[in-house]
Order: sequence, then C-alpha cells, then structure tokens
Amino acid sequence: MTAPIIRLEDVWFSFDGTPVLEGVSLDIDEHDFLGIIGPNGGGKTTLLKLMLGLLAPDRGDVRILGKPPEHHRTAIGYVPQYRTFDFGYPISVIEVVLMGRLGHIHRPFRKYRPEDRRVAEECLDAMDIGDLADRQVDRLSGGQQQKVILARALATEPRVLLLDEPTNQVDVRTEVHFFEILRQLHETMAIVLVTHDIGAVSVYVDRIACLNRRLFTHDSGEITEQMLAETYQCPVDLIAHGVPHRVLREHEGEEGA
Amino acid sequence: MIEILGYAFFRHALAAGVLISVACGIIGAFVVVKKIALISGGISHSAFGGIGLGYLFGFDPILGALGVSLASALGIGVASRRGGEHEDTLIATMWAVGMALGILFVSLAPGYAPDLFSYLFGNILFIPASDLLLMLALDLVIVGAVYLCYNELLAVTFDEEFASIMNIPVQRISLLLLCLTALTVVMLIKAVGVILVIALLTLPAAIGRQHSTRLPRIMGIAIILGVVFTFAGMWVSYLLAVPSGASIVLISAACYGASTLYTRRRHHRTGSPSR
Repeated sequence: MTAPIIRLEDVWFSFDGTPVLEGVSLDIDEHDFLGIIGPNGGGKTTLLKLMLGLLAPDRGDVRILGKPPEHHRTAIGYVPQYRTFDFGYPISVIEVVLMGRLGHIHRPFRKYRPEDRRVAEECLDAMDIGDLADRQVDRLSGGQQQKVILARALATEPRVLLLDEPTNQVDVRTEVHFFEILRQLHETMAIVLVTHDIGAVSVYVDRIACLNRRLFTHDSGEITEQMLAETYQCPVDLIAHGVPHRVLREHEGEEGA
Repeated sequence: MIEILGYAFFRHALAAGVLISVACGIIGAFVVVKKIALISGGISHSAFGGIGLGYLFGFDPILGALGVSLASALGIGVASRRGGEHEDTLIATMWAVGMALGILFVSLAPGYAPDLFSYLFGNILFIPASDLLLMLALDLVIVGAVYLCYNELLAVTFDEEFASIMNIPVQRISLLLLCLTALTVVMLIKAVGVILVIALLTLPAAIGRQHSTRLPRIMGIAIILGVVFTFAGMWVSYLLAVPSGASIVLISAACYGASTLYTRRRHHRTGSPSR
C-alpha cells in the first residue's frame, strides 16, 4: 500500500464565520478516478483550494505526498473552473501552457529552457491542439480553451489532476470528447473531478464522494438516490446516463415535480 | 521648426520624450492588461506629498516624489492583499491625502515655491540634464527588471491563482510591478505632471492593446506612440504657446478615441466580437 498522493484529515474550514467544510477526511491514491459531486455552494471549489494550499484549514491537516501542500503542489495539475480568469489577456496558447512549467524551474528569474518548450508542445499535441500554439487564447472556441487549460495542467507533469467543473460551459459533444481524454489520462495519473453534473460523472469515475459541507465517500462509481438525498438534503431525481433511455423517478408525496 | 533644435532645452525635451516613452510603454502595457490604472493614479497623486516635502526641507522635490510614490505603491500593494478595506476606497484616500499633504507642506515651506506648477501639470520643455540622467537610470532599472522577471510578471498578471500553485512569490512580484509603476510615475511627473500622469501611462498602451494580442508587441507600439505623442505635444506647445503637458495628454486622448472608433468599425465589418 503506497502512501496517498493527497490526504485530508478532519479538515474544517469556514468563511466569515459561515462553515463551508466540516470534518472532511479524504485520501486520493495513485490510481483513483474520483468524482466529487454536490450542490453549488457545497464547498467543492473550497475543497480543491485546500488541497492546493491556496487556502489554509481552520482545523485539520492537508498533505500532498506526506508534506504540506506548498512542498509538492507542483505535482498537482489544476484545471480551475472555466473562465475564472481573463482570456482577453494578450497571451498565446503556448505561453499559457508554458506556465505549467514554472513550478519546476528553480533558477532565479525562471527562464524557460528548450526542455520546457518541448514538454509544453507535447502537451498541446496530446490535446490535439498543436496547430494552435501561436493563437491568442481569446480567439479559440470554448472547447479549445478548455483544452489549453488542461494542457497547462499536464505541463506540470502531475501525479494527480484536479478538475473543477471542467465541462460547465461546453456543448455535449465536446463534453463527451473531454471525458474520453480524461479516461486516457487516467492510465498514467489519478484524477479528481468536481462537478454538479451528476449524470455525466458516474459513467467514468471509479469512486464517488458527495460533498455538502460534510463529505460522504462511496467505494463505487454508482450514484444512488440515498446518497444524493444525504448530500442535497432533499429528494433528487436520478438521471441515468449510459443507457438508451432516461430513468426519471417521481418524488414521493410530490405532484407535478 | 529646425532652428529650435539648436536650443539645448529642446534637445533635452526630445531626449526626455524618448526616455519616458520607454518606461511608460513597458509598464503601461502591464497597467492596462492588469487594470491597475486607478492604482497608478493614486500613486502619482500621493507623490505630490513627496514633492511638498522636498520644498519644505529644501531637497530636490523629485527625490521626495520618488520616495513617497514607492512607499505608497508598497502600502497599497500590501493593504489590498490583506483584504480588509475596500481597495477603491483605499486608493481614493491615498490619492486625496497625498495631494493634501503636498499642499500643506508647500504652504509651510519658506518663501515662494518656484515651478510648483510644473510638478502639477508638467513641463517637458524645461528639463535639466541632471534629470535626464535620473530618467536614464530609472529606464535601465525598469527595462532590466521586466526583462529578468518577465515570465513571473506574465504569470502573476495573467492568473494569480495558478502562479501561486507554481510557487511563484505572487505578493513579491505584484509589489515589484507596483514599484516599477511608481518609478515610471516619477519619470512622467517631469513631462506631464502628477495630475496628467495617468493619461500618458495608459493611453499609448491601451491603443497598442487594440492593435495587438501579444504583450511585447503592445509594449513596442506603446513606446513608439509615446514618442510620437510627446514630440507632437511639444511641437504644438511651441507653435501655439500652450502648456506642453496638456497638449501631450489631449493628443494622446484624441488618438485613443480615433483608434477606438477604428477598432470598433473593423470588428463590425469583419463580424468578430468586440471586447
């Protein structure tokens, strides 16, 4: 049994006195494909930021490879929520992806070497957007921009990928393509996928965790209604994907829902 | 036109125009993409407090401006990062307090305050050789720092969060940018004065931004435009006997307006979305 890549132990976090996370414990192992689902405002993004050491827990402990996050967070490929920053910034695709190398450069002033450029170009090719290297990021489609951000995360040569609502604003076809890419990447790295899109996630992940202030982990990729009810604290419709028809069950004791 | 080139003051003014354009093209590009024009305005107005100190204690007012603008850049940088106060309130306070202190110090200073007006509104046609040396030194610091820290500045101004994950010292790099902005402001005070600094710092780079999608090219365009605007401003000032600082700013603003209209039309014609 190898040590987990990321370990959270009894992590508590509050923002301006409002509790966001309560007693969250979670291990992410080398071969995990974990889906974290939960309602908006349930603390999903906060959880990722705690893993990355961008936020410090009020209580509890966060470790990456056994050390505080600052030591090894460059081993994490982070794909933030779509459009959390300004794509209008005058910057080319390759310049964005090269930034994924900065964590590995310890020389003063962090100038890139040919090696860094080679890795960045490989990551672009892996995402099938090698021909877009010199384009301005603003002049790409939503799906292409998402691939740029994924390529930047891969340029860090991560042991684990953290993705925050990666398919939030892309069309369904791009979404399916995107999940296929993740499935391939999973052969070489662990993946943690945060989403409120319950249906899409269950086809691909091995393990599901439900987060709404508290975290409930389940050792299978299947989502049950009971899990959802615990997380969302109300009955939730379960829409099954991967089968030719949708299964929608009525809420008991509710009409016309 | 040719005969005035024979005057030392005019050659100094031309040299000053080139020197300040280099700084304001490079730093202005960051100011525009990072949207810190307001902070730059706050820094330049607070610098007036330093100018007042110079008058009060009898040292070169530009050195006072240098010290106070660096101090306020660090102050605003640290305070805005701590959260707490609303950043815009903080900037507005710094802006007004700097001016108020400057006025107070000047009024307390013995005797008459010569060329106070030129610190407020600039006078590029009256720049001594010693100031040119100071400008050259500041240019070297700015160009050197941006060249060395370019990757880090790019990362921090593009995506602070990702830069932190890459273990880049985000706070230090942000403060570096604010300090370089303060140095640029000090250079610009000589040309256009504390009140008009913000225009020359942002307008050439903003025009560059409309015509290029690469930061280095935006810097290049802004430097060239800075030279053109300052030269044109000086020429108009000489011909019409009007203040140079105001001429430079109005010419810059007119070109920015024209460029905006042109950009909008082009986007309209090609159907690409305007920002």
